[in-house]
This record gives sequence, C-alpha cells and structure tokens, in this order.
Amino acid sequence: MIKYDLVIIGGGPAGLASAISAYDSGTKNILIIEREDKLGGILKQCIHNGFGLTRFKESLTGPEYAYRFIKEVEKRKIDYKLNTTVLSLTKSKTITAINGDGIVKIKAKAIIISTGARERSRGALNIAGSRPAGIFSAGTAQKFANIKGYLVGKKVVILGSGDIGLIMARRLTLEGASVLAVAEIMPYSSGLKRNIAQCLNDFNIPLYLNHTISKIEGKDRVTAVEISQVDSNKNVIKDTAIKIPCDTVLFSVGLIPENELLDKTGIEMSPKTKGAIVFQNRETSVDGIFACGNCLQIHDLVDFVSEESELAGISATDYINNKHKEKDVIEVAQNENLAYVLPQKINKNIKGDIKFYFRVKNEFRNCLIEASSNGVVYFSKKKPVCTPGEMESITLPFDKIANLVDKIKISLYAK
Amino acid sequence: MEKTFTCIECPLGCTITAKREKDELLISGNTCPKGKAYVEAEMTEPKRILTTTVKLKNGNMLPVKTDKAIKKENLFLAMKKISLLCFSSPIKIGDILVENFLDGANLIATDNAF
Repeated sequence: MIKYDLVIIGGGPAGLASAISAYDSGTKNILIIEREDKLGGILKQCIHNGFGLTRFKESLTGPEYAYRFIKEVEKRKIDYKLNTTVLSLTKSKTITAINGDGIVKIKAKAIIISTGARERSRGALNIAGSRPAGIFSAGTAQKFANIKGYLVGKKVVILGSGDIGLIMARRLTLEGASVLAVAEIMPYSSGLKRNIAQCLNDFNIPLYLNHTISKIEGKDRVTAVEISQVDSNKNVIKDTAIKIPCDTVLFSVGLIPENELLDKTGIEMSPKTKGAIVFQNRETSVDGIFACGNCLQIHDLVDFVSEESELAGISATDYINNKHKEKDVIEVAQNENLAYVLPQKINKNIKGDIKFYFRVKNEFRNCLIEASSNGVVYFSKKKPVCTPGEMESITLPFDKIANLVDKIKISLYAK
Repeated sequence: MEKTFTCIECPLGCTITAKREKDELLISGNTCPKGKAYVEAEMTEPKRILTTTVKLKNGNMLPVKTDKAIKKENLFLAMKKISLLCFSSPIKIGDILVENFLDGANLIATDNAF
C-alpha cells in the first residue's frame, strides 16, 4: 500500500489549484490521480479564449490557463499519476485505482475529490426518433474537433444554448460546417451574452428561443430534425414544427457533477446540486474528504473553480494538521426562489467570512438577497437582475455567524 | 443613427449603444474603457482573435491563436491558410509558429507538444 498525506482525485483545474494551495499551506506529500494522459482536464479541449480574466486579468485559452497551474505543480515537484482511474474509495480514506501497472491501493490522510462534471445526454431528454449516427454532445464534438482533428458533421443543428453549444457553433462554422440553428427551450439563453454575440451573431447563426427538437429523422445517419415551439410549461405546441435537413445534432443541455465515487462511498449528497453536501471549507460529511470544482457545483467560470479549489487545498492542510476536527454545526436553508445554496452547512469553529454561492430558479428582477436566522435579517444586498445562468454569491461576515444558534436562511425576493 | 452592441471583452457582456451625432460618436452603456474601444472598432473595422488548431507531423493537433485580433472579414481566409500548415514537434507554449501571419498578428502555439 502506497501512503500519501493528501490524494487529489482529478487533475483538471480544480485538482491542480487545490494541489498548489495545499502544498503552499504546508502539505508537501501530495499525489494527483488523473485518468487521462495529460493534466488539465476539460481545459485541454477548450481551445477558445476568455479564460482567466478575473484571475490573471488577461484572456487566455483553456490550455494556456491550465498550463499556468501545471507549471506550478511541476515547480513544486508534486507527484501525479496519469492514465490512472480511481475505482473506489472508503470512508477510512483508502483509494483503489487502476492503471497500466495493475491495481494500486493508496492510503491517504486526506482526500480532495475534483472529478469535474459530465454532459447531460440525449437519453435524459426523451426525444422521439431512432438512433442514427450523427448525434453528439457538444463536448464530444469539441473533443473530436480540437484534440482528434475530426469534424463531426457538415450540416449541424444544436439543441441548447449553453456556452459549450455556442462555442461549438462558432468552432464548427470556422472549420467549414454550416450550423443551421440553435434551439433553446427556455425564453433566454443560459450562455454568456458575449458568446451569443461572438459565436452566433458574428456568423449569422439563428437562435430559436422557446423551441426544442421534437423529432430526429434518419436511419443510419441523421437526415433531418424537427424543431417546434414550446409553451410556458415547455410542452411542444402542435403544428409549429419546422423541418431542418441536417446530418448532425449536438446536445448542449447542461452539465451534471460526476460523483459516482462519492455515491458509492456513502458520502452525504445534495439532490439540488447533485454534488456532496459540504461545510464552508469544502469538507464533506466524511471527515478529511473534501470536494471542489464542478463535481461540487457547476461553475460559470474556471476562475471561480480555481478559487474554490484553493480553499479546499488549505482546508485539507488544516485537517492533516488536526485543526477544526470538532464541529459546531449550523444548517443552511434557502427560500423557494433559489435552486441551491452552497455551502449547505457551517462549522462555527472555522473562523472567517463565509461566501454563500447560489443559483436562482427563474429570471428575477429588482432582487433583494437576504441572510436571516429565526426571522432576524443579518445581511442583505440588492441586485437588479438574477438569472439561472449566472451563479450569484453573498458574503456573510464571521461575526454575524459566530453567535447564531438556529439555521441560517438565504432568501431571494423579487419585486 | 443608433446601434447597439454586446461587448465581448469579458463575461459581463455589457449592452453598449453607439450614436453618431454630427461628427461625434457617442458611446454609452459600457462599464470600462475596453467596452468603448470595442464598439469603436466594431463601428469602423471589427476584429477578432482567432483560436483554432494546426496539424502536427506526428498526427496530433496543436491549439493555436493569433496573438492580436485580425479583421473579422479575414477569419475564413485565416482558417484556409492554417489548414495548409503542418509542424514538427517539439513546440513550446507561446512559440511563434508563423510570424506576421495576418493583419499584423503572429500565429502562436497555445499548448506544448512533445
């Protein structure tokens, strides 16, 4: 059995940032486990620019952003194993992993889970039709285009206007494909406004809001799709279908945190985020196991993934050094306008201001965001617009929390 | 005449309005100077940074970008030129692959290739 102080599962942006911050806060004996043949995670295939504006004040491409962190990991001589998949982990922090050398068992004092997310697939959507070739998730099409050098199709329709779908609309157009339509079931796009401008409008690609794909045609290969208008309940309105001949359909319909490892370990999960339930230091319900990045909550920007993961790295060092093991717990509640709030629990023994992240369920205007306990409002702020596409936050000073006894509730009210 | 733009400089995506009054260009709605510069360029000569990939002799793809924005109307010309290129590794991130590639921009590697 190999022994490490800290094992980090996943060598993407979250894993890399947490490794560096754990090292710099005093944990030198670290192993990163990565299932692919390179560090960097999904950033490797995100060759477009726009990463790092918050953190580095410049616009980097995905591989460039990843390299900033890989360089730091190399400089600190932090160990990593590539082409290695973790099969299981236990509450006592023993990891079973497999690679070309066979099965390895690793015992850790602390573990950080940074396994990222996977794309929601066609199967989750119930679209009528057979199963021809030519149906891809946007991320798969991105991997084919940017890593393997293959174009997935020539006449493309994209369902979902999340950022990956928008980025792929531009990418495939530049590579010579015609992107005929982007259909979005919601009345607004969940993607960034700048991506609507630079990925769709720049190339005259039409965006159909309140529309979905109602049928996919084709036996061996996709030959056409039907897109239909939907009503306010997202049900297809009869006789609104337009048929678009095409050979390829991309799905860009959201990300789901990848947490099979945690599920199997019996770590407490949140049905709202589909990630682990965590304290403000990103510790899960099992002492010494932490989670950060997109496996915990889906972030809009990698800059925030790095920030959250640095927190997890420092927390892991604290745990290894026997800090904060005693917990004085306050639960975090939310009102009906919020999709989730994270962290879900507060450990009052950990000093420091607490930043609550949340997403709203619908688009709200003239918003009042409040943190209250037992009917007493401890903190509030106003925001002109909140949309589900944007993660929001509210920071609560520690002195407001130190004396709480009851649940703390985060609420959003719209006028 | 009034025209509105969505700024692409950062994730904020400000809606910026440009109005020509006599000989003056009035710009409003931007949060920062980058937004103003963006709209000025959009009104005269729109430019974009191009990110794409080039072939390597070993069969892999290497991500690349133009180190400055090139004319938007030249994006497809640039793609055509890049499709004819093929490089040998090793290449270091930041290496200039084609000097003065287009519109005064160099084509540079955005990843390492071993």
